[in-house]
Amino acid sequence: MEETYALRMEHVSKNYGDNAVLKDVSLSVKPGEIYALIGENGAGKSTLMNILFGMSVIRDTGGFDGKVIIDGVEARFNSPNDAMAAGIGMVHQEFMLIPGFTITENIKVGREDTIPTLASRIFGKSLEKLDNKKMNADARKALDSIGMDIDQHVRVAGLPVGYMQFVEIAREIDKENIKLLVFDEPTAVLTESEAKGLLSVMRSIAKRGIAIIFITHRLSEVMDVADRMTVLRDGEVVASKNIIDTDIPEIAELMVGRRIEKLVDENETHYTHSDEIALKIRDFQVDMPGETVNHIDLDIHKGEIFGIGGLAGQGKVGIPNGIMGMFPAYGEVEIFGEKLQFSKLGDALHKGVACVSEDRRGVGLLLDESIENNIIFNAMTIKREYLTGLGFAHLVNAKKVRAFAKEMIKTLDIRCTGPQQRVGSLSGGNQQKVCLASALALNPRLLIVSEPTRGIDIGAKKLILEHLVDLCRNHGLTIIMVSSELGELRSICDRIAIVAGGEISSILAPDAPDVEFGLAMSAARVSQEVS
Amino acid sequence: MSEKKSIWSKIGNTLIKNNVTVLFVLLCVGAFFASTYTLPSLFTELFTRLGRNTFLVLSLLIPVVAGLGLNFGIVIGAIAAQIAIFLVVHWGFTGFSGILMTVLICTPLAVLFGFLVGKLFNSMKGTEMIGGLVAGYFSDGLYQLLFLVILGGVIPINNSTLMISTGMGVKNVINLKDNLRYAIDEVSMLSIINVAFYAGILIGVILIVYRLIKKQDLQLKKLLTVLIPVIALYGISYVPAIRTFLSTPRLMLLNAVELGVIGVALFNIYKLIRLTAIEKKQGVPIKQLLYIAGAGAVYASTYISVIYQSLCAVHLPVLTFMLIGALCLFMPWLMNTKLGQDMRTVGQNRAVATSSGINVNRVRIIAMILSTVLASYGQLISLQNIGTVATYGSHQQVGLYAIAALLVGGASVQHATVKHALLGMVLFHTLFILSPNAGQQLLGNAQIGEYFRVFVAYGVIALALAMHAWSNRGPKKQRGTLVR
Ligand SMILES: Nc1ncnc2c1ncn2[C@@H]1O[C@H](COP(=O)(O)OP(=O)(O)OP(=O)(O)O)[C@@H](O)[C@H]1O
Ligand SMILES: [Mg+2]
Repeated sequence: MEETYALRMEHVSKNYGDNAVLKDVSLSVKPGEIYALIGENGAGKSTLMNILFGMSVIRDTGGFDGKVIIDGVEARFNSPNDAMAAGIGMVHQEFMLIPGFTITENIKVGREDTIPTLASRIFGKSLEKLDNKKMNADARKALDSIGMDIDQHVRVAGLPVGYMQFVEIAREIDKENIKLLVFDEPTAVLTESEAKGLLSVMRSIAKRGIAIIFITHRLSEVMDVADRMTVLRDGEVVASKNIIDTDIPEIAELMVGRRIEKLVDENETHYTHSDEIALKIRDFQVDMPGETVNHIDLDIHKGEIFGIGGLAGQGKVGIPNGIMGMFPAYGEVEIFGEKLQFSKLGDALHKGVACVSEDRRGVGLLLDESIENNIIFNAMTIKREYLTGLGFAHLVNAKKVRAFAKEMIKTLDIRCTGPQQRVGSLSGGNQQKVCLASALALNPRLLIVSEPTRGIDIGAKKLILEHLVDLCRNHGLTIIMVSSELGELRSICDRIAIVAGGEISSILAPDAPDVEFGLAMSAARVSQEVS
Repeated sequence: MSEKKSIWSKIGNTLIKNNVTVLFVLLCVGAFFASTYTLPSLFTELFTRLGRNTFLVLSLLIPVVAGLGLNFGIVIGAIAAQIAIFLVVHWGFTGFSGILMTVLICTPLAVLFGFLVGKLFNSMKGTEMIGGLVAGYFSDGLYQLLFLVILGGVIPINNSTLMISTGMGVKNVINLKDNLRYAIDEVSMLSIINVAFYAGILIGVILIVYRLIKKQDLQLKKLLTVLIPVIALYGISYVPAIRTFLSTPRLMLLNAVELGVIGVALFNIYKLIRLTAIEKKQGVPIKQLLYIAGAGAVYASTYISVIYQSLCAVHLPVLTFMLIGALCLFMPWLMNTKLGQDMRTVGQNRAVATSSGINVNRVRIIAMILSTVLASYGQLISLQNIGTVATYGSHQQVGLYAIAALLVGGASVQHATVKHALLGMVLFHTLFILSPNAGQQLLGNAQIGEYFRVFVAYGVIALALAMHAWSNRGPKKQRGTLVR
């Protein structure tokens, strides 16, 4: 009678301490099906997947109730190992890659191909020699099958985030016995066209009979690829539907429990040109692997929201990284007339520039510290704020810190148990909000945000973008927003620069027609063909 | 950016990145010119120290790779060696059989100790360096208890040369002069060739029998390519002149260099012929030609009088340096096995390792065991050269000096290679040899020279760690910090 399901999860509940994160959640996924899992930040999506994957966080915090059934057999995974052995793969929301390893090594990590040697016959399998040739060939094949032409011998360190995503996927599809693949927000940092590529890769994986669970905050993607979906709200299933029976507004409403209006009011009064220049860039170059910037000139006026867009690998991410001194940069940069010294570490910070990095795990957060400490850490060390001076001894002004953290939690809607919760135990989207709060705590003159809404649900996204607009219009903050999402850029920016081939291909008004944006993004290719 | 600028900035960057090493090169050169040492006298002392300590330093590499940091726990390996030496001396073994006996005793001891330390480290991940230091002190305490009280006190030991006259506790110094001294250093090349010959034949026979029984391909060709040189060498060793040369207990460095040059040249000529005549490759085989030219240049340089004198002044302990060489080859080999790759993964990121199915704790324990065993062999090599065991002191500085040397070579807490170890050994010990003399010449006071020597030994670690922390702060390396 019943169809065979690749995966069934039945009546799953999970508490983190007093916090009930999942309540009686059930879902079932068929082979070859793309199943979307949707919900606000902190709704419990990643937690559900951690349970499926046998992650140790779950066991360490008291386990869970309910059943996980794979291919009709109840599974009890004690470790990710068991889950992998049962054919479950995961493309993580936070990259599980080793920066110091090459792409091949990362794809094959823990599953290296080996050749027996004399020593291995005597002392056991672990002394078998690595079969580098086969591993490189396999890696090449996996990369090709998802349309990545990057060299597999390259180290992952310094690759653009978008590429890392593909390396993770390559790793999963290189596994032979794979039956079910979980994608936790794989498209969050990709531009629309790149995301399209990824979606078609997902479709072709599903065609091979592999079941896919797809977590995303971009509802249009759900409509695009998914067959069925489940919406979670505060840890409960609010609906499970076939995609053909629903539409975006309905899903959005199910997620948040109310209707979502348009991102930001269209009739927003756009800025009036200020003559003061906040950021002046001349002949700017950045040596960031995979995101090289060649020769950029740019003037950004005080009080504007300036957008920077473009495809991954074209250099848009390189600009903020160069200014903040994360990668070697050359040329001239002036911040409110003061010349930036690249050789001086943190000079940009001292000159009143704050930056939210797109790589929040790598440089953004201290995961074992509380929310409030993360928020004020930079302000404290760089601007010596939130300290009560007592001669030499400076004490942290706990009251002031607490008050500011609370304010941020409210304005940015950080879903947490309180300012003292460990950042590592927040959901991905809420970690992103803490990053933003920490930049705001610096009280900057110029704020650079790189992928500020990465992994953030549509409700919270609106809130954050509105807050940025408010800071700009009413408090005179100058904002540079780097984003892969054109829609987001166009909704709040005053001007948008499109970067292609490490150069600015054009600067457009937000209401310029789509074609112009499209042309600008492919400018590099067009001009190459011409010349 | 112009070509020129980028080249200069590249050179600048490499220098800055290796600031510790660069500083020590400068110090060494400076100290050499300030001191009264000549190159030959420096060489003699330096090679003695290299033979003594390199093995120990190399034993540090594995834990670094596996993410256990610079492991002060190697003191525990040294302790294993000393316990074994005590027993062997007490039982009256001498010479190379004494060494074999020591190895037989200290290996299981070191395995056990390494296992225990590994267990300990697994329960204190992230703070292994401090853990190792404390574990070192703790086991030193146990060791003292053993040697001061238990030996003679609890276990009766009748040996007036080893024990304090009251019969309880071991004397301050164990003299190895009549039993183990130079037992490894002075194994002649002739004996090595003989052993290699018999071992080669034995292994060959076993392999053939094994393959016959298992009905596998005999792979005779492969076997012969290994065996024929061994047999040829054995045959040649009967030529009288060569036999006398091979029987000398040590090898003059000059001869070693000559042999090396001939070896490199012959090998590359063989390759050259193979490439052009047999495989008919197009184009000039530049690599081989360069090697041959290099070998020629090295040989020519031995005719420079200072170099000639220096090379003549050094007499290498053959087996010791062969063991060191073998370990140098073993490390990259190990890193190219599944186990080595697992160690690297664990060292890079434990979370990724766990989630990709590697048993992190097991890998770390294996790394500790390997390192401890190697450290115990290293201590054995070192002590048989020194000739005396300071019962309560020999093991204490082992970790300190080895770590200092490794750091000087440009290694860091997360990254260390054979190259770092070798370079570090040369620099650290050169400075160690020169500094008292240089101090005296410059400041006219022997005492200050002595102080300087102690200062160098201890200061190096602090300096190296501080400078590493500093160079790690440059752009790009900010992962994990909060600077945005
Ligand atoms: N290790 C942990 N300890 C305590 N609470 C946790 C832990 N991990 C997650 N939580 C809490 O569980 C809830 C669900 O988090 P989860 O990561 O599953 O959300 P999510 O749906 O994946 O959100 P996002 O879209 O932001 O990624 C959150 O309230 C979070 O704070
Ligand atoms: Mg999540």
